[in-house]
Formats: sequence, C-alpha cells, structure tokens
Amino acid sequence: MSLFEALGDRLNHIFSKLTKHGKLTELEIKQAMREVRIALLEADVNFLVAKDFINKVSEKAVGEAILNSLTPGQQVIKIVRDELVSLMGETNAKLEVSDAPPTVIMMCGLQGAGKTTMCGKLGFMLKKQGKKPMLVACDVYRPAAIGQLKIGAANAGVDFFEKGTGNPVKIAEAAIEQAKRMGNDTVIIDTAGRLQINDELMKELENIKKAVNPTEILLTIDAMTGQESVNVAKEFNDRLEISGVLVTKLDGDTRGGVALSVKAVTGKPIKFCGVGEKIGDIEPFHPDRMASRILGMGDVLTLIDKAQASVDEAEMKKVEENIRKNTFSFEDFLIQFEQISKMGNLADLISMIPGAGSKFKVGDVDETKLKKYKAIIQSMTKKERLNPDLIKAGNKKRIAQGSATTIQDVNSLIKQFEQTKQMMKGMNNGKLQKLLGRKFNF
Amino acid sequence: MGFFSRLVNGLKNTKKSFSEKIKYIFTGNEIDEDFFEELEYILISADIGAVTAEEILDELRDRIKAQKIKKTEDSKEILKDILKDILKETEVEEFSYPLAIMIVGVNGVGKTTTIGKIAQKFASMKKKVVIAGADTFRAAAGDQLKVWADRVKAKYVSGEQGADASAVVFDAISSAKAKDADVLLIDTAGRLHNKVNLMEELKKIGKVVSKEWPEAEYHKLIVIDGTTGQNSKEQVRLFDEAVGLTDLCVTKLDGTSKGGFVIELARTYDIAMRYIGVGETAEDLLDFDADEFVEAIFE
Repeated sequence: MSLFEALGDRLNHIFSKLTKHGKLTELEIKQAMREVRIALLEADVNFLVAKDFINKVSEKAVGEAILNSLTPGQQVIKIVRDELVSLMGETNAKLEVSDAPPTVIMMCGLQGAGKTTMCGKLGFMLKKQGKKPMLVACDVYRPAAIGQLKIGAANAGVDFFEKGTGNPVKIAEAAIEQAKRMGNDTVIIDTAGRLQINDELMKELENIKKAVNPTEILLTIDAMTGQESVNVAKEFNDRLEISGVLVTKLDGDTRGGVALSVKAVTGKPIKFCGVGEKIGDIEPFHPDRMASRILGMGDVLTLIDKAQASVDEAEMKKVEENIRKNTFSFEDFLIQFEQISKMGNLADLISMIPGAGSKFKVGDVDETKLKKYKAIIQSMTKKERLNPDLIKAGNKKRIAQGSATTIQDVNSLIKQFEQTKQMMKGMNNGKLQKLLGRKFNF
Repeated sequence: MGFFSRLVNGLKNTKKSFSEKIKYIFTGNEIDEDFFEELEYILISADIGAVTAEEILDELRDRIKAQKIKKTEDSKEILKDILKDILKETEVEEFSYPLAIMIVGVNGVGKTTTIGKIAQKFASMKKKVVIAGADTFRAAAGDQLKVWADRVKAKYVSGEQGADASAVVFDAISSAKAKDADVLLIDTAGRLHNKVNLMEELKKIGKVVSKEWPEAEYHKLIVIDGTTGQNSKEQVRLFDEAVGLTDLCVTKLDGTSKGGFVIELARTYDIAMRYIGVGETAEDLLDFDADEFVEAIFE
C-alpha cells in the first residue's frame, strides 16, 4: 500500500468536494489532518509527537486562507511541510571543534543502529576536510566490533586505536594521550550498544564521558526505528546530555519519521545521515528534504544534488543544444546514458523521485538494460548514430551481432529513442510541466 | 520552542504513564470515544501501524455493538481475541527433514545471531546441522557465524569475501548430503550494492537449493528487528517478491518494543510466525506464541 504517494491525491480529493468559494471549516481541516496524521504515523513519527504536531498545524491552517489558493490540498501539504522543516531545525548543523585539540567525538546508541559503520564514515568525511582523525575501539563486548571498526578505519584511510577488550574508560583515555602525541586533531570513540538500555552500560558511557570530556556526544539512531525511538532518545539524552543526532540507514524507501520524534524529545540537532553502505555515504542533514521524505514526497533535492555533482556540464550543454536544434541523435542518447550511470544506482535514483518509489518494482529498473543499450549504440557507425533514419533491417542485424544483443533489443532501443525525441520536441514547445509527470522509461 | 518543551514534559513519564494507562483503561468505565482514542494510542505505540490500528478498532466497535457491551473491562478480551485471530490465521507447521532454511533480512537485524541460535536449537534436538556462510559481501561476516558453528559442532561452509554466494550454497549442500545432515542453514547478505543484485543473488541461491537438494523441505525465513517500525512491511514486501517467504522471526523483543507490525504482516502474507528473539542467549529464541504475543502488547 503506498499511502504517501497518495497523500497529495487524498488531500486534493477532500478539498475537491468543497465549493470553490466557500469558507474552509474546521471539520474539513480535521479531515485533511487525519490523512496527514496517518502519513506521519506510517512514517514512524511517534504517536504523541504526531498528535501535538497535528494540533499545532491545524491551528495554523484554520487561520490561513486555503481556499484562495488554486490547490488547497497542495497548500495544506505546504503548511505541513514548512512546519516539519521548522521543527526539525532550519539548517544543517556542523560538528563542533574543540579549542584544545583533539576534538573528541563520542558515539552512543543502541546495538545494530550502525554506530561502528558511522565512525568510519565520519572519519572518512573529516579526512576529506583535511583533518587527521583517529577511530577508537571502545565497544569491547561485541565480538566483531573491534575488527569491524579496524576495517572501517582502513577503508577511510584514518588512524585506528585499540587496546583489546579491557576497560573502555582506560582505552578512551589512552587513545587521547596517543592522539596528542601523534597529532590527531579529532578522536572518534566507538562505544558499546545493547538492546536494552541497561543501567550498567549507561554508567559505563557516563564514565567515559567524565574521563574524556567529549566535544560532541552523538546519538546514532536507525531511521527505521518504530515508536520506541522517543524513549531511546530520551534515555540517552537524560543520561549523557547528547550534543547531536546521527540518523543511519536512511536510504531507499526509509521514511525516517524518527528524525522528527528524536528532535522533538531531545531538542538536539540532527547533524548527519548515513545513506548507504559505502564509506562515502554520509550526508549533512537537510530538514527540508527530510520533511519531504516523511510525507512520502520523494527526495528531489538530493536527486538534483547528485545530478549536479556528477553530470559533465559541457557534455550536457552539447546535448541541450542538440535538443534545441532538434538534431538529437544516438550520440546524445549515449551521453545521457553515461551521465545517468555516473550518478549512481538507478534504483536508488528512481526511489528519490516523488511517487516513483512505490510505482516501480525493483525489477523494473534494469541496469543491465541500460548497459545493453549502451552496447548497441556503441556498435552503430558514427553516421548511424547521427542519423538514425539510416538504420534499416540489414544494419540492425549487424548492430545486434556487434553488441551481442538481438534485433528485438535494437528495435526496442530505437523505439525508446524515438519516444525520447518526441518528448524532447515537447520540451521545446514548453510542455515541460506535463513531461515531469510522465513515467521514466528505461 | 514551545512545542518541544511542551512535548518533552508530556513525554517525561511516557513509559510509566503508558503502562498505567493500559491498566486503568479497562477498569470499570463506560465505553466512549476517549476510550477508543486511548486504545489507538496503545496499538500504535506497539508499532501496529495507523491504518491497521484503525481497522482493528472498527472491528472492535462492531463486536462491542453486536454483543451489547457497555463497560470497558468487558472489551479487553474482545480486543485481544481480534488480534489473536489475525495472528492465528497463518499456521506454523512442524519442520520435516532434511530441511534447508535460507535466512534473509536487512543488515543489523540480528540475522547472524539468530542463525546461531537456530543452529543450537536443532543441535539440542540431536539434528546434524550444516551452516552455509553465503553472506560473501560483508567484511568479516563469517567470523561471527563460525564461532556459533563451532559452539554447536555444526559444519561451517564458507567462501572468500566477494565469492559467488550460490557456489558456497552448492558446496554446503554437497557437504550436507555427504554427512547425511538433517538441517542446512543458509546465511545471506543483508545488502549488496543495489537491491536488484541482492534479490537476484537470493533467487539464484533458491534455484541451487531446489535443484541440488530437491528432497529437502525448503524454507525462506526473514528476520526482522523488533524495534523496527512500519518499514518492516517494506522489508517483507521486497524479500517476499524475490524469494517467496515462508517464515518470519522477530528479534530484539526483550526491550520495550512490542513488534506490533506482525499483526499486519500476518494479515497480508501467508507466512508462518516462527520465532521471536528475546535475548542474547540461544534459549532466548522462542517459538512464536500468538497468545503470549498479544498479552505482551497490553503489558
């Protein structure tokens, strides 16, 4: 069931029943807020947090002239979204730096939240910023934790400190001494997490805190956590007075309502998000994007960011030029394919498009098809690429053989190309708006 | 930030007030709208999900009306029955041997630990166990599994990091057949560089099992972290699409999480509620019991 893609539709449906010039009643807002509430709860926003949020937004919505807007449904979403953004913090926070190096970052969180992985990612990120971080293994209970952190440090290319399975407080102290000697400006301490927030463990964390006086105490929390997230966050904050939050596993379809819940109970900023398995998969927290995610509206901004980071502008300008001149060819098509491949995994990209996440099944987004298409174009002669009309039955056979594909594949690519070309024409005619709603066709 | 301070105060004694709430909600009052709202709070706090909670409460309203019930205390058992009925829709049948179980699930849910515990369960039943370490993707995933295998004297078959997972399974089946083993447990990767690849790999493993060991009863068990919220549904949907799930295990239910999402899963999928994990030791992997599970929601 895809509730979220439907949120906009549902709201529009509710408001479509209203007369165009009538006054928006509290009852109607109540109906709309019911949908918003379900959206929040299905995103795992805590029940009480959602309740308070809805009350607050309802008050606001009553005051606003929703009916004057052309699409009341969209306007309600905007109010909701803006409110989410402002509650989660307007801008993304940075890591504090200590006046007296090293800056000590202490990690905490439940088992399986992704603390150890996040240590490696933070180290990698700091190194890229020109720092010299050191990762410290203080999770002495979990069998593979020390090894995992060591691998993380190696992947990140940063220093690593371990001292077996001894007293974590002593290990932390020794690590900081070593950091001072070796000139590490940042120390990241990985700590143990357990399923239950047990007292013994909390005491140990308090002792580490006392001993090393961290600049940052970061709570790592799994984006997929359910209603319990508020209790977890509250407990850690009460005992350790955390300085910020890291939300992990925020990739794919994860909605991450936990971000709102955790911010609500701790009041502490969410600093970074873990967005994938690779060492570089760490991003600053963007409240606006998170708000869209929570409401199931996709993550278009991240998509745009990714596109900007990986697309070769000169190449794309050329394509754009050809589109404008209506001389779009297979050459341009190939460039586009390559740009898309560079942007990363296709399934991930598509999941960021609003509404697309639920419309596409995993199998629909076929990377091998993309590769196949590339091979076919590469098997065409330059002339054929520039003038697709030249490709007749005989040429198709040659192209298919050259790219180890079938004539059907070649035909399907040509069809795809023609469709795209049609679309491009539409774009030139200024029908861009319409096209945005169109299904991707790879 | 008025919103937050108000909320923090409201949540200050969430846990305490929550269990108190459950206690007093069913005592001696007339059934009214507030009562249903409180019930909704209880259900959603157990991660049952907003839509499912609503439907359950609609059903409760119907039954209360039909049975002419007026007092809240009389509705408690009815509500529990509704939940139990849903959970009992999917039957858990006894395993038969030889048995192959592929264990799937995303990373961090306690998959490896669960496999270790399942292995121990079978070992204590005097079954001969082979474990296939087919998570060839994650760095050092095998170490932990090897420790468990040694502990329960199970044969452990693995490959190099990056090796072909289905080749590992092929070897494990050969080994299981040669040793006349009763049970083969297959650990799988929680995440590859994309979902398509992971699902393809799981399908391939499935093919190897059905082809190489057709006489074995083949189960596909998903492990879900009990602290997960509504994303659990997405996890089950994906893995079910890929391999056709047969069994479910919910881990980490020894905290305060209730794992209420299984209610909707039981309603949506034909999947046996097999185990729940409630602690660190092997004895803490329990057979799923619908009655106890529902009782725990109201504790």
